[in-house]
Amino acid sequence: MGDLGLHHFVGLSAILFALGLYCVLTRRNAIGILMGIELVLNSANINYVAFARYGNGGYDGQVFAIFVIMLAAAEAAIGLAIVLGIYQSFETIDVEATDRLRL
Amino acid sequence: MTEHVTHAAAVATQAGYLAFIPLVPLFGAVVLGLRGAAIQRRAGKGLVGAIACMTVAVSFALSVVAFLQLAGMEPDARLLTARLFPWIDVGSLRVDAAFAVDPLSAVMILIVTGIGGLIHLYATGYMHDDPAFWRFFAYLNLFTFAMLTLVLGDSLLTMFVGWEGVGFCSWGLIGFWHKELPNTTAGNKAFIVNRIGDFGFVLGIFLLFWSLEAHGHGTVVFRELREHAHLIAADRFWGVPVITLATLLLFVGATGKSAQIPLYVWLPDAMAGPTPVSALIHAATMVTAGVYMIGRLSFLFALAPATLAVVATIGALTALLAATIALAQNDIKKVLAYSTVSQLGYMFLAMGVGAYAAGIFHLMTHAFFKACLFLGSGSVIHAMGGEQDMRQMGGLRKKLPVTSTTFIIATLAIAGIPPLAGFFSKDEILWQAYSSPLGSKALWAIGLVVAFLTAFYMFRQVFMVFFGECRAHHEVQHHLHESPPAMTWPLRILAVGSVGAGLLWIPHVYTPFEHWLEPVMGHPAGHGEVATELSLMVLSVAVAVSGIGLAWMMYMAGALKPELFSNALGGAPYRAVYNKYYVDELYGLVFVRGGVALCRAVAWFDLHIIDGVVNLSAAVVRGVASLTGTIDNWVVDGAVNGVADVTQRVGRRVRNLQTGAISAYLYFIVFGVLGGVLLYWSWAVAS
Repeated sequence: MGDLGLHHFVGLSAILFALGLYCVLTRRNAIGILMGIELVLNSANINYVAFARYGNGGYDGQVFAIFVIMLAAAEAAIGLAIVLGIYQSFETIDVEATDRLRL
Repeated sequence: MTEHVTHAAAVATQAGYLAFIPLVPLFGAVVLGLRGAAIQRRAGKGLVGAIACMTVAVSFALSVVAFLQLAGMEPDARLLTARLFPWIDVGSLRVDAAFAVDPLSAVMILIVTGIGGLIHLYATGYMHDDPAFWRFFAYLNLFTFAMLTLVLGDSLLTMFVGWEGVGFCSWGLIGFWHKELPNTTAGNKAFIVNRIGDFGFVLGIFLLFWSLEAHGHGTVVFRELREHAHLIAADRFWGVPVITLATLLLFVGATGKSAQIPLYVWLPDAMAGPTPVSALIHAATMVTAGVYMIGRLSFLFALAPATLAVVATIGALTALLAATIALAQNDIKKVLAYSTVSQLGYMFLAMGVGAYAAGIFHLMTHAFFKACLFLGSGSVIHAMGGEQDMRQMGGLRKKLPVTSTTFIIATLAIAGIPPLAGFFSKDEILWQAYSSPLGSKALWAIGLVVAFLTAFYMFRQVFMVFFGECRAHHEVQHHLHESPPAMTWPLRILAVGSVGAGLLWIPHVYTPFEHWLEPVMGHPAGHGEVATELSLMVLSVAVAVSGIGLAWMMYMAGALKPELFSNALGGAPYRAVYNKYYVDELYGLVFVRGGVALCRAVAWFDLHIIDGVVNLSAAVVRGVASLTGTIDNWVVDGAVNGVADVTQRVGRRVRNLQTGAISAYLYFIVFGVLGGVLLYWSWAVAS
């Protein structure tokens, strides 16, 4: 097998992205969907860091990965707040059941 | 007022009080017109009559003042003016509401206010039993105002205001007893016939102004007209001298107002009005307005010999025509009406032969004796309880001493018996017709025949009314009485005037009247040997006496039966005269029926041609409208509705995509992105 190469990381990132996307598309629980989104974001992070490591040697990728982590934290906070709001209104967080914009 | 005037001889003197001469009667008219009914109810008819008479009396007093002021001036400077306010100022037309008194208008205002005042006084007695007493005097005062405006106006337009005003009052007073149809019809007839004349008058004013305007002196003010008239002496309009045309048009106005051929027909019918009205308006003042107008514009008419010939001919023919009709009338007022038309003909004859002063002199004497005659006839009618048919009268001399005496004096005056007023004035006209270069033997001969006829029919009337046996019903005879003093005193005064007025112009002996008018009218054109003049004078007296004699023989002595004449030549001439030559019928046939026929034709044209055109254009418009309506409904609306329809259908389909299910949206996003990437790849591979 030899050394780990860029393609290993890209392959891992692609698997992780596919799993995250699958999770987002198939979950009916809103929190499950949020978790799927986390997976997608982290697959992007892996790509950033890997390309930065095997690229031209700068730290741009790492900096962007830090940004994405911060963005994901903000997204999770807002997303969970919305889920909480949905629950208060519908008394469920099943996205199939919350298909109306007004009560 | 001197700023307009450059001519040294025409410098006017300001005299503001002149304005009150017409305005005081106007004040009376306004008071009586608005509050007359209340005054009459609360204070009685006495106060109404007093207001009416006092206003005219004030005017008369002011007129006398104006006359005396004029008399105290140099003959060439005799002109007083009063300017009220600028009336019209449009382009080059500048007219002031202004009054002017020169020797001619001084004579007229003395007649209008003097004789008019006497008639006012008379009317307080005559109209005493009429419930609309106040309305009568409101009209009478308004008439006095209008007539004074006519006479005093210093321009053709101010004169025209009075001209129309007197026409209106005449209409109102002829139809004063408006509950009976013939009276209002007579009023309308007078008004309409006068409108025809007024139309000519207005055209004459326009033509004068327009042609003077071409010379840069457009004006309607008499003094300026006089100054600039020579400018248009050579002008032509459609090949006719402008002056001839303008004066002819003005004369058309005069024929209407002064009842000359062909517009005389209204005056006999105007006798439907109360008798004081007949005396004031239809004998002494209003009907002489045409004569006055020609006298006022004598400087213009003198430039148009052709017009003067027409005026003289029309005057002579009218005098003859009316005198013959008067021969056979049996209504006491109708005789006087035709006599008035005839005497007005004399005045126009005088004007036409250039004897303007003589015409005005006859106007004045006629005002005295004809007013006296009309008021006398009113006194008779009053006594007879409204009867006007002379065949029902007779022998009234003993019952009505004052009326009959004054009536006979006035009749002698109109018949031309010396030394009464009518003799001098009529004889001067005859002499001028004979001797003036504008006159002719034929005009003189007609005048002489008319003098004979006048003497005859007037004495026929006197004999039928005042002499012989009374033919009235016993009831009426029993109630015969002399009129009250308010009526007899005016008769006395007018009778004195009928006797004395002629003494103001005794040819070659004493002629103050002629000298008085000389600054305005100039010298009469006629001249000849004194011996000829005297012999003609004797001849006219002989003619008058023979007319009286014939009347005496027929109606007093019984030596000649009237039937002898009425049955002559199969009675045809008598019937023609009795029926006024069928002129009314002819006018009725030609103008009234013709007018109706014309109206019918116009109505047909309107109904069929005009309406046809209108309906046709409407149909065309309707066709076009329905076409554009179709286009609008199908094409424009179709486009609009089509867009809406397509949007709606698309919306109905696309709506299904928005399910509200988040997972569905996620599928759309993912597969949309994948689809986009696939498209990009396939495009990238292809290129």
